[in-house]
Amino acid sequence: MTEHAASILIKGGRIIDPAQGRDEIGDLLVENGVILEIASSIPLPNAACLEIDAVGKIVSPGLIDLHCHVREPGFEYKETVASATAAAAAGGFTTICCMPNTNPVNDNQSVTEFILEKTASEGKVRILPIGAITKGQKGKELAEMGELVSAGCVAVSDDGLPVMNSQVMRQAMSYAKIFDIPVIDHCEDLNLTNNGVIFEGEVSTRLGLKGIPASSETVMVARDIALAELTGARVHLAHISTASSVHLIREAKRRGITVTAETCPHYFTLTDEAVGCYSANAKMKPPLAQELDQAEVRAGLADGTIDLIATDHAPHAADEKEQALDCSPFGIIGLETALPLSLALVEKGILSLPEVIQKLTSEPARILGKKIGHLGIGGIADITIIDPEAEWLVKEQDFKSLSKNSPFIGWTLKGRATAVIVGGKLIKN
Amino acid sequence: MELKRKDILSLSDLDREEIDLILQTADSFKEVSTREIKKVPALRGKTVINLFFEPSTRTRTSFELAGKRLSADVINISSTGSSTVKGESLLDTARNIEAMHSDFIIVRHASSGVPQFLAKSLQSAVINAGDGAHAHPSQGLLDLLTIKEAKGTLEGLKVVIVGDILHGRVAHSDIHGLLKYGADIHLVAPPTLIPIGIELWGVTVHYHLDEALHDADVVILLRLQLERQNTAYFPTLREYAKLYGLDRRRLSLAKEDALVMHPGPINRGVEVTSEVADGLSSVILKQVSNGIAVRMALLFLLSGGKND
Repeated sequence: MTEHAASILIKGGRIIDPAQGRDEIGDLLVENGVILEIASSIPLPNAACLEIDAVGKIVSPGLIDLHCHVREPGFEYKETVASATAAAAAGGFTTICCMPNTNPVNDNQSVTEFILEKTASEGKVRILPIGAITKGQKGKELAEMGELVSAGCVAVSDDGLPVMNSQVMRQAMSYAKIFDIPVIDHCEDLNLTNNGVIFEGEVSTRLGLKGIPASSETVMVARDIALAELTGARVHLAHISTASSVHLIREAKRRGITVTAETCPHYFTLTDEAVGCYSANAKMKPPLAQELDQAEVRAGLADGTIDLIATDHAPHAADEKEQALDCSPFGIIGLETALPLSLALVEKGILSLPEVIQKLTSEPARILGKKIGHLGIGGIADITIIDPEAEWLVKEQDFKSLSKNSPFIGWTLKGRATAVIVGGKLIKN
Repeated sequence: MELKRKDILSLSDLDREEIDLILQTADSFKEVSTREIKKVPALRGKTVINLFFEPSTRTRTSFELAGKRLSADVINISSTGSSTVKGESLLDTARNIEAMHSDFIIVRHASSGVPQFLAKSLQSAVINAGDGAHAHPSQGLLDLLTIKEAKGTLEGLKVVIVGDILHGRVAHSDIHGLLKYGADIHLVAPPTLIPIGIELWGVTVHYHLDEALHDADVVILLRLQLERQNTAYFPTLREYAKLYGLDRRRLSLAKEDALVMHPGPINRGVEVTSEVADGLSSVILKQVSNGIAVRMALLFLLSGGKND
């Protein structure tokens, strides 16, 4: 699976390392798994060294996805550690963080260890597991957070089964301070969602589908900000999708509250019109919102209110998606399309190229508190080489993911990872 | 004389010429139901499957009679219970039926979009007999026919639609159909039963029935789907009847020759008093008769409209 050259010389690329403010054309030498040297010109150290021509390409820290679903254990027909990490590598990600909604739920060290062992034996990239906040994601009793952290979990979240009881959430946030890990919340008031299917608005009315009001997200964003203020915990808000949430987070940050936020490519690329004629690949939580929401999410990315871009990669099998829309599961895949969709923000004038890279590398690393996501000398050699000009057609059969539930099938995207290096090893697709 | 489409899924898809054609054809079929031998051979040898995933008596019977009066073979399949078919996927069910060489599949389902989903995957003509809160095009058409019959035209009428617009697939189809004829549409319901954004369709929304009824040509009452309301949309039926029930006093606010319509079944004393439902203004039973004619027209026109 991997090529075991002891050293790799990446020649002539535009080296962008937002963590250190670096943006220059040059060469980068990897040796024994670490970044040994960056200079305008580095001679090939020896004949065994693998040389990669990166002229016209971007040399970026390996991309990090703070939010994805790997589905193993329990739902191996949707995705596995092997297929998710293959999809990640194809999409340019060298590290992905997997949510705990597996079966069994990742609420104890056995599941965490299983995922990490699988990753060691079958994974193409790194997986950092996220443990459950509560036992069985039931929202009642706290999972053993200390054990989860010592087994390798980097954060806690109940993700799609959000903790509705604010007192339980308060305790989780307080307790997480022992370990200095972020508490990630999928902000959704399930009572307001009330079995809704898509965003509540003219489109849901036209299609006769139960709507999910924007306030389903906003109410919980407001709650979590209040609890972050109360506890001083590091609170990270997942997949922000609405204008009113962005306003609340902007204000909270201005007041110095320890809250961070992510959004996903679909929220700054699509609106609820993408549901079209009952398209199951435009159904996810939170739902695709309206133009004004999309505009505010973009503004939030631009002014730093939204710290980073995550995929919320959520694979589902075709036969699960192919049914009445209100029965079809929520979620779309995203690992293989996130990079070009994010790069499109540069052409739209919303972010600079280094800012896009930052939101896919150093920002998630900062929130995780991990020494990855940068190209510092002596640091771990997780590197993604990107051809920003490559145009490619998204085809269902080309996905490395086991599931094909993408609304971007048939789109022509621009920008693609051409090589991924994990721990100094070149990953072959 | 035919409809150049495979399926009838929603009135928003149809243009005005197509609706005119359906209404004209339906008008000519009304006579068949009054004959001593209520049958024409137009669909002899064709198979119509009524595939109903939701309980229905009126609509199912109406489609069944429509098929039979055109000499088609009609089979009823009812799948009771929840919106998901346990054990077999929706698509598998439909494919199995089509493997029996059906020509028409008439589908009713609690989930919006199911007829669209089936129409995409199947060769048979699919007619939507009501999907979730989305559409009920044959009901919309029979309402248009009933209004046109009584008023001579559909143009410029003031139509007041009262009740559960939120779950109201009948309301949706009525609105889409009437808007194509430039009707002035007023919706009346508590705000909890008004779907978000519907005013963008070009209708006027009211919370008070009296203010909406002034000078109305047509009052369409919607059935409160009591079984579907898992959330409290209003405190009690008693209060609903007080605020939104149509009684004689309220009806007097409308034009003298105003029509009272209801897709049925009526919750007497809730949406409408018995006095009004059974009164001279009521065309509720005409709607039922016209339903058969409209459904005959749909089957006939979708099959190519050839009378052999």
